[in-house]
Order: sequence, then C-alpha cells, then structure tokens
Amino acid sequence: MPLSIDSALGPMPDALILRGRRSEVIASNLANADTPNFKARDFDFQSMMNKARSEQVALNTTHASHIAMNGAGGIGGAPLQYRVPNQPSLDGNSVDLQVEQAAFAENAVNYEATLTFLTSRIKGLMTAIRGD
Amino acid sequence: MSLFNIFEIAGSAMSAQSVRLNTTASNLANAETVGTTEETTYRARQPVFAAMLKAMHGESEATGAGVRVLGITEDQATLQQRYAPDNPLANAEGYVFMPNVNPVDEMVNMISASRSYQNNVEVLNTSKQMLLATLRLGQ
Repeated sequence: MPLSIDSALGPMPDALILRGRRSEVIASNLANADTPNFKARDFDFQSMMNKARSEQVALNTTHASHIAMNGAGGIGGAPLQYRVPNQPSLDGNSVDLQVEQAAFAENAVNYEATLTFLTSRIKGLMTAIRGD
Repeated sequence: MSLFNIFEIAGSAMSAQSVRLNTTASNLANAETVGTTEETTYRARQPVFAAMLKAMHGESEATGAGVRVLGITEDQATLQQRYAPDNPLANAEGYVFMPNVNPVDEMVNMISASRSYQNNVEVLNTSKQMLLATLRLGQ
C-alpha cells in the first residue's frame, strides 16, 4: 500500500488550518470589543472538523495526464455563527470580553497541542525514512 | 494564512484605541478652557468606531474584521455659563462659556481604552508565538 504523506499526517493539517481561522475570528471579536452594533461571531470547531474530514474535494480528471487530487478537505469558507450574548448592551455590541479571552486562550493552547502532535508524526516519519 | 491577518486586525484595533486615548487626553487637557461664545468654546470629542469587514482571498464571506475610526463627533450638550467678569475672555455681560467635558466620563474612557489596547497587544503576542511555533514545525 503506497503511503501518502497526507494520510500519514492524519487530521492534523486540517485541524491546524481550522484553529488558525478560529483564532482570526476571535481576534476580530476582541478587536471590536468597543465597536457599536458589532456582533461577536464564532464557529463550531467540532462540526467544521467533521465536515472537513468527510467532504473530500474531488477534481474531475478529464485527461490521462490529470492528477487526481485527494486530501484537501472542504475547509474554505467556515460558516460563522453569531454568539448569544449573556446580557444585552445598550450600543448593540454583543462581545463579552471575558468569554472571548477564554475562547482565544483555549484555541491557542489547542493550536500548540496540534503542532506538538504534528511534530511527533513528522518525527515518526523521519525515523521510518532513516531507519535507525 | 489566517494567522497573519490577526496582525492587521489587532493592529487596526490598537490604532483605533490610541485615537480614543488621544481624544480623551485632549478633552481632559481642555476641561477648563473657557470661551467667549458658544461656538468658539471647546466641546468634548469622541471617536466613532466601525467594524472593517474584509473577505480574505478565495473566500466569499468575510471572517476577519478590523476596526476603523469613522470620524470624531463633538458633544452637542449645552455649555454652562460662568460669571467671571475679571476673565479677559468674558463677553459683554461678564460671562464665559465652560466646555462640556465631564472629567469622570473621560477617566472611565481612558481606563477602557487602555485595557482594550492591552488586550489587543496580548492577542498579537499570542498569535506571534503561534506563528513562531509553526515555523519550528518538525524540528
């Protein structure tokens, strides 16, 4: 069975991309903590991850020399949802600073964890290549 | 790479907060600057923030939103008059106009702006660490 690098790395690259995108969304929320009428947004990491793993984008191969693409998940436009605020504010802003800070910290730790897993996978591949 | 966008987002927020800090400093500095007429007297200034939605390349929906300052508004509350006939700026009736700056409001604004600024610096630092860790991937 030919081993593809994509499958050897498992779901880690997809997770890394999603974590990066989520940190951007939460950073936007934190940046707009004082903007009137701004609504805090986020997306569900679990469901997006499942979607990315199940929906493999397939390219049509209409020519003999076309290379079939696999492994690239449908990670593109993550559908953003609005966060339900704990209490309404007078200026229409729905950013809860503490909630966003916690979410950002959690996401950053998860990003680092994914990086650690990815590093161990790469180390495993290197050991297999070197054979020592 | 979405992590790079955070530099732009947090940077725009920091610049917006520093504009807010600037107007607060200006308001506090001019809290006692009297004027002869209602038009020439200093009025409290406030910046107006707005979200700056930006669709990243290859995406239909904007995920990141920076902050931009739409403009500066002047407080339209009526000015108080004070009887000060000795003041060289007093009008014919001996009154000067006081600015409508509320020092308590301004102090609250100052603390809020400074905390928001620090928040964005933290976001920037964390993102930088995440990016640097990504660069060291596999080592």
